[in-house]
Amino acid sequence: MALMSLDVLQQSASTSTPPQARTTLEVAKLIDISRCIGCKACQSACMEWNDLRDEVGVTEGFYTNPPDLSDQSWTLMRFNEQVIYGRLQWLILKDGCYHCEDPGCLKACPAPGAILQYANGIVDFQQEHCIGCGYCTAGCPFNVPRLSGKDSKVYKCTLCSDRIAVGLEPACVKACPTGAIGFGSKEDMLFQAEHRLVDLVERGFAKAAIYDPKGVGGTHVVLVLPHGDRPEAYGLPANPRVGPVLQAWRSGLARAAGVATMFAVLAAGILHYMRHGPLEVPPEGDQEVKP
Amino acid sequence: MAVTRRQFMKVTAGGLAGTSLVALGFSPARALAEVRQFKLARTSETRNTCPYCSVGCGIILYGLGDKAKNAHTEIIHVEGDPDHPVNRGTLCPKGASLLDFIHSPNRLKYPEYRGPGETEWKRVSWDFALSRIARLMKDDRDKNFLQKSGDVTVNRWTSVAFLAASASSNESGYMTNKVIRAMGMTALDNQARV
Repeated sequence: MALMSLDVLQQSASTSTPPQARTTLEVAKLIDISRCIGCKACQSACMEWNDLRDEVGVTEGFYTNPPDLSDQSWTLMRFNEQVIYGRLQWLILKDGCYHCEDPGCLKACPAPGAILQYANGIVDFQQEHCIGCGYCTAGCPFNVPRLSGKDSKVYKCTLCSDRIAVGLEPACVKACPTGAIGFGSKEDMLFQAEHRLVDLVERGFAKAAIYDPKGVGGTHVVLVLPHGDRPEAYGLPANPRVGPVLQAWRSGLARAAGVATMFAVLAAGILHYMRHGPLEVPPEGDQEVKP
Repeated sequence: MAVTRRQFMKVTAGGLAGTSLVALGFSPARALAEVRQFKLARTSETRNTCPYCSVGCGIILYGLGDKAKNAHTEIIHVEGDPDHPVNRGTLCPKGASLLDFIHSPNRLKYPEYRGPGETEWKRVSWDFALSRIARLMKDDRDKNFLQKSGDVTVNRWTSVAFLAASASSNESGYMTNKVIRAMGMTALDNQARV
């Protein structure tokens, strides 16, 4: 990891501990949905900065375009039509990686060093080490990573780690003309979000809330939801968490059980040999095998 | 599988040579993981104004190379200008994708002319284009200019309209208005939005 420009906190499928002595600022992106006008400048800026160009598709009757996240579209404005309190609402969600504190993708990844979490909170994929198994897509509680058909590697938002490494804000944050996307220390972003909540409650959004789900240890992309009691209406999971199977798969218990099984089989083999002796094959052929 | 003494020796020698090379450091090194390199590190920055609408956002064009004599520059990135008072670094989706506008194969880079009855556009010089526009304007004005309406002096030229550009400052907007009104033109509009 000598070439790392950001300090690594943890890496996938690896037992060695990366250097942990330094303490760097935890960053976060704040998406205030109440200020978003759905212009898609963030989508354009993301594609431009990351040198991605998605295919020109066909309209599916929704304003969401392209229809889904892909290896070429790392962020996507999703336009949800929902009836809330008897009124049709057009709820916009800037979807993409939420950079979990406890990332399910990293837990699921079996390729050493293919998924990293930096000390500043970014979860980043290293395509050089990706083996294309797609476990991360199953492990992600937000359904974000996308496998590329071109090179069988998984891609997603990097939170512009290349920009943050040199002290810049992410491309989508910079472009946003209404200031709906902000960037700074996680502490500041939460402080700003709290202030915004007071405004929103005053304006009649009594259930406005901050979306920083604890099930994944909090995220480094924090949202302000005007209808905070109904994250599903925006297409967000209400209680995202790393699944129990995934937790077990990476736990010390699973490893201990694996080692125990190995020794149990060995012991059973030895016991069986001691009791029954070696396998004897009669000289005339294989018709009858006597233990 | 039967292996002759000679074959056995060959395989052993080959294996020994291979493992020795690996031990000596000739194995392909594993690629080190790294944050993607910052792509604007030594690009040259040029300030400009977004050409789309009348908001006139400040942009920075990032060019390949340091403008050295032999380096042929090419715009590789466009971003909002944080020091510009209008947009302070932000851009709309069209502004944020200006890079593809610049490199578009359909971009108009010079005047083109399609005469009456012709089907093809052909490239013409600026001199030709400006002279032709001036000639047609003069002819039309001579024919349709109204000096008087009854007893009242009006100095109107109503048969032609003028559409000005969007990326104009207050000053150039003032100049446009003065020039066009001085000719008597009454219909003047601005392409203030796209």
